[in-house]
Amino acid sequence: MRVMYILWLRQLKRFVRARSRMVSTVGQPLLLLLALGYGLGSVYKRAGHGDYLHFLVPGIMAQTVLLSAMFYGAMIMFDRQFGFLKETLVAPVSRIKIMLGGALGGATTALIQGVMVFIIALLLGFRPLHWGLVIVAFLILAILAIAIASFSSGIGSFVQDMQGFQAINQLLVFPLYFLSGALYPLSGVPTWLRIIADVNPMSYAVDAMRDVLIGQTNFGLTKDFVVLIAITIVLVSFGAYRFKHIQV
Amino acid sequence: MNTTEPIVSVKNVTKKYNEITAVDDISFDVKKGELFALLGPNGAGKSTTIGMLTTLLKPTSGTMLLNGFNVAKNQDDVRKSFGIVFQDPSVDIELTADENMELHAAFYGLSPKTVAQRIEDLLTLVELWNRRDTLVKHFSGGMKRRLEIARGLLHHPHILFLDEPTLGLDAQTRNLLWEYVKKMNKNEGMTVFFTTHYLEEAEAVAERIAVMDHGKIIAMGSSQQLKKLTNSSSLEQAYLNLTGKTVRDENSGSGEEWRARHRARNMR
Repeated sequence: MRVMYILWLRQLKRFVRARSRMVSTVGQPLLLLLALGYGLGSVYKRAGHGDYLHFLVPGIMAQTVLLSAMFYGAMIMFDRQFGFLKETLVAPVSRIKIMLGGALGGATTALIQGVMVFIIALLLGFRPLHWGLVIVAFLILAILAIAIASFSSGIGSFVQDMQGFQAINQLLVFPLYFLSGALYPLSGVPTWLRIIADVNPMSYAVDAMRDVLIGQTNFGLTKDFVVLIAITIVLVSFGAYRFKHIQV
Repeated sequence: MNTTEPIVSVKNVTKKYNEITAVDDISFDVKKGELFALLGPNGAGKSTTIGMLTTLLKPTSGTMLLNGFNVAKNQDDVRKSFGIVFQDPSVDIELTADENMELHAAFYGLSPKTVAQRIEDLLTLVELWNRRDTLVKHFSGGMKRRLEIARGLLHHPHILFLDEPTLGLDAQTRNLLWEYVKKMNKNEGMTVFFTTHYLEEAEAVAERIAVMDHGKIIAMGSSQQLKKLTNSSSLEQAYLNLTGKTVRDENSGSGEEWRARHRARNMR
C-alpha cells in the first residue's frame, strides 16, 4: 500500500510543481466554454433548446478529465526517456501496484482539473439543477479518470515518443470526444452519428454528467453507470496487462 | 548462507534479439565481497549482461543465480539483493534528492522512521545532505550520479551494479565516487560489479576483470594475470591486444539499438 501511496503522491507533487500544466489544461476548456458557449449560444437558443452554456458544461468537464487523464500515459513515456522507469522496474514491487499507484495519481490530478472547470463554469453563471448531485457528478468524473488513466498507462507502456502519443490522441481520443454528444444533443442527429454515439463509451460518461447536473439524459443514469463501470474494468485490465509487459 | 558460495553465478547464458546474438553462451562467477569489472568495447554485451542479472531483460537460454536466488524464478528476492546505478540517469528530476530517496525506501519496503538516519548518512557521504531539498533537475551530472549511488546503497544491497558510473564525470568526482564505493565494499562487505571504459579505473579498483567482446567473455583474471597473458606492460595494452584496435560502430552493435528494433517489431 505504501508503494501505491507514494507513487500517487509523486504524481500530485509533480502536478502542483508544474504550474504551466495546470494553466494549459484548464485554459483550453475555458476557451471552449467561452467560444462555444457564448459564440453558439444564440443559435442554440433560437433552435429552441435553451441555454447552450448550461448544456455544454457537463461535457466540457468530462472532456477536461479525458484529456488530462490521457496525459498520464505521456508521463510514463517521459519516465522511460528520463530513465526513472528503470528504477521502478528493478524494484521488488509488483508491476500492478506500480501501475495502479501512478494511474490513481494521474486520475486524481485529472479530477482536480475537472473540479476546477466546474468552478470556472460557476463563475460564468452555470448552476447545477440539484447542488446535492454535484458530488455524484464528481464521482462520475473520478470513475472516468481512473478508466482513462489506466488506458493511457497501457498506451504509455509501448508508445516510444510524443509523436506516437499524439497520433493516439488524434485518431482515438479526439474522435471519441467529438462523437460523444459532449458538444451537441444526440436527439435529432443523423442515424449514423447516433449509432457511433451509442457504441462510444464516452457518450455514457457525458450523458451521466448531464443527467446529474442539468437533468437531461439519453440513455438513463442506470445504463450510463453500467457501461461506465464495465469499460473501467476493461481499461484497468488493459493497462495492467500492458504495463506488466513493459520493456525498458 | 554459505560464504564460499559465489554471489553471482552465470551458466551458459545467451541473449538473442531476433537474429542478433548480444550475449553468446557466457559462464562466470563473482565471489562475495569482490570488486569485479566487466570490460569490453561498445556493443560487446556488457549492459545486456547487467540487464539480465538485474531482471530487466530475460535471457534466451541459460541460468543465473544472484545471492543464491534464481534470477528468472525469484525475481523479488533477487531485486532486494542488488543495488544498481544505470549507465544513464534514472532519478526523478522533478522531485528533490530527499524525495527520490524516500521513494526508493518505499519501493524496498523500508519504513520511513528506520530509514531516516540511513538517508542522512548516505546523503552526507555523497556530500548532498545540504542539498537534500533541491529539485534534482537543478543538479549537475556529477551530483545526480552521487545521488544515484546513495540511492543504490539505501537498502543495504549485497551487490552493487555500476554500469559505466563515471562516464562524463570530472576527475575529482570520479575519484570521490570510487572512494565511496571502496569504503562500502570494505565496511559492509558489499560486492561491486562494474563496467567502465577507463582502464586505469579498472586497474586501480577491480580485483578481478572479465573482458567481453562480441557477446563472449574472452579473458578473465586479475590485472596482473591479464597483462601476463598478453605479454603487455599495461592493462590498456592487454585490453587492446585482446579486443583488437578496430573502432566499433557505436550504434550498429549496441544493445540499445537491438532493443529498439525488437520493440519496433513488436509494435507492428
